[in-house]
Formats: sequence, C-alpha cells, structure tokens
Amino acid sequence: MSSVVETNKSNLPSSTDEFIKGLWKDNPVFVQVLGMCPVLAVTNTAENALAMGLATLFVLLMSNILVSLLRNFIPKQVRIASYILIIATFVTIIDYVIQAISVDLHKSLGAFISLIVVNCLILSRAEAFASKNGLGKSALDALGMGIGFTFALLCLGAVREVLGNGSIFGWSVFADSFQEWIVMILPAGGFFTLAFWLLLFNYWKERKV
Amino acid sequence: MSDQAITSSESRKRSLHMLKAMVGIGSMCALLIVFTYESTLSQIKENKAEALEKAIFKVLPEATASVPYEISGGELSIKGEEATTNPVVFAGYNNANELVGFAIDAKGQGYADILRILYGYDPEEQTVKGLYVLESKETPGLGDKIEKDASFLSNFEGLDASLNTNNEIQNRITTVKSGEKKNKWEIDGITGATISSRAIGEIIGTSSLELVPVLFNAANEPSVAQKPEL
Repeated sequence: MSSVVETNKSNLPSSTDEFIKGLWKDNPVFVQVLGMCPVLAVTNTAENALAMGLATLFVLLMSNILVSLLRNFIPKQVRIASYILIIATFVTIIDYVIQAISVDLHKSLGAFISLIVVNCLILSRAEAFASKNGLGKSALDALGMGIGFTFALLCLGAVREVLGNGSIFGWSVFADSFQEWIVMILPAGGFFTLAFWLLLFNYWKERKV
Repeated sequence: MSDQAITSSESRKRSLHMLKAMVGIGSMCALLIVFTYESTLSQIKENKAEALEKAIFKVLPEATASVPYEISGGELSIKGEEATTNPVVFAGYNNANELVGFAIDAKGQGYADILRILYGYDPEEQTVKGLYVLESKETPGLGDKIEKDASFLSNFEGLDASLNTNNEIQNRITTVKSGEKKNKWEIDGITGATISSRAIGEIIGTSSLELVPVLFNAANEPSVAQKPEL
C-alpha cells in the first residue's frame, strides 16, 4: 500500500501542490499580501467577506481557464490588456447572473462586485501562472488561490464583526451590555486586523524554521 | 535595404497579430456579455418587478393590491407601462377596495451613490410610515444600517406630516443627531452612518414637501379613494 503511494507521489505533487499552495504556504493575503483593496474594504462582516471571496473565486477560476487556453494566441505586448478585458468580462457576467438569481443577494453585494476587476490577485495569477501553464494546472491553481483568499477574508471578517458588531454571520455572540468597538468596522479596523493576522502568520512561519 | 524590408514586413506582421488578438478577444468578450445580458434580462426584470411589488406591501402592510400613479402638475394619473420622469407613487388598497395609503418612490444622493427608496404616506393619519430601500450602494456595515438598524427603522412607525391651512407641510421632515429626536417629524439618526441617515431624511423631506399635499387632496377624490377598475 505504501509503495503505491510512493510511486504515485512522483507525479501527483505537481498538480495537487498547485492546489494546496494557495491555501496556506502561498496564501494570497497572508503570505503574498495581494488584493489588499477588497481585503481591507469588504471584510467588516463575515457574510460580506464570504460573498466577496466566492465571487472572486469564480472570476479567478474563469479568467485563469480562459487565459490558459488562449496563452499561445495572446501576443506578449498586449497580454495585460487582454487579461484585463477577460477579467472585466467575467465580472460583468457574474454581476448579471447574481441579479438574475436574487435581487436581495445583488443588493448586499452590488457595491463590491465591480471591485473584483481591480483585484491584483486575479491579474497576477493570470500573468504569473495561467499564461505559462496548462488548463488543468491553471484551474487547480485558481481554485487553491481562490479558496485561500476566501479563507483569509473570512479570518478578517469574523474578527472584525465579532469585535465591531458583537455578532458573527448576524448572530449575536455577546450579551447586550457588550460595547461594540466601532473602530473595527471602520477602515482603520481593517488595518489593525490585517496586521494582527500577518503577525500571527509570520510568527508561525518563524517558529517552524 | 533588403534587411530593412524584412524587418518592416515582420513588424507589420507582428502588429497585425496583436490587432487580431485584441479584436478577437474583444469580440469574444462582447459576445459573452451580450449573451449573458440577453439570457438574464427577462429574469432580472421579473425579479426587480417582484422586489418592487414586495417592497410596496412591506411599506403598506394593510394593502392587498396596488395601483401605480404618476404625478404631473399636481394631478394623479394612472401610470402606464412606459418609463416616466414624473414622480411615481403606488396607491395601496385593502380587500374592500378602500385606499389605505401611498407608497412613494423617491431618490436622492446618498454617501456612495444615488439612493432610491420607497416610503409610505397615510393620508388619514397624515403621517409618513414605513421605509424600504430599493437601491443603495452605501458602505456595507456602516451606511447600510439605514436598511437594517431596528431603532432607526422604528422612526418610520409614524412621522408627523400634517398640513397647515395653506395646504403645505407644517414641519419639514429631517434627520437629527442620534438620540436628539424631540419632535414627531424628526428622524433619529445613526451613529456611524451619519451621512446615509441624513440622506434618508433629506430625500423624504424634499419629496414629501412636494407630494404630500397633492396626495392628501387626491385621497379625498372618489376616483383615487376607491380602487379604480383597470
């Protein structure tokens, strides 16, 4: 049994690693520190963070797939313009699709969806990975990075909502006497929380070494 | 000479390739968007109409049917299907076909973008009742409290909008600082959503100043007070 695993290992890592790396080792927020605009702006409640993470995951996956398919067709000189065009297209599509699914969902997400276009995580994955790798790997990379991004947003959103609003996903966690730390919902709270998580991540990394 | 000719023809080829790639990707993206737009349009329209319908009954809980009116020159006329620039109100009727109130469609500048709201007017009690935010891009977690904050929404259980003898609103509805509400026409603001809660007061204040006198008079006309046959 162990020998089977051993032999499989030699060709497995290449693709599973692409998936795993985005979750933890190369986490887009805590390690690469990419896409800070939504990370700071949209994480004031856990629900917003989760929705933004999932929408980004979709756009990231679709753009990585398309960029990977077209990688031999897109000339080097106009690649960035092409990537932006592709990303903007998928953002527009998800905007319409969400409106068609539910007006309420669109109401709670509307303000952030257009922000996805300028998320440098998506552009950087298109440029650094999908334009150099095949379809399968690019899709796995996008899934890993997208889930890692969603996870990171949730980490920030949960802390900020608990401290700033006394609730998590809208459920109260403290007694009524709890005094909310309004600053945690304000932009400054985003910086504090991000600093706290980066500190924690770097501490873990240092300790491992 | 021949060298130059080769490089120039090569660079032209390269430019052509770039052009082809950009135009190709551009048209593909355009097609994708058009396809998505076309295939979701009817569903989106349906969803929006449904949301508006729901909003009307949320603002006028006693109503069981509604009729859209547009207001021009101080007169109410039944609104057709086509879009209009005139103010739009929805008259709510109960099962006995009696008028229970109006839901007024109003918009104005919020903190992030235009806010579009629906608020209720009860001509019998001369009060503004009920608020529903139709379109808002206010900051999530702060400005969007105008839709969620229970103590803010409790303002709209009855705001005084009574008319004086000149057929004008006696006291303009405004938002005051949180905790400083003293009069029945004041809206208690939200800490942390000052601009958004003031915007609501401003929108209702401006819109009610113009429309409430018209609606109050219209409510006494039999053609509006009884549900019209459509």
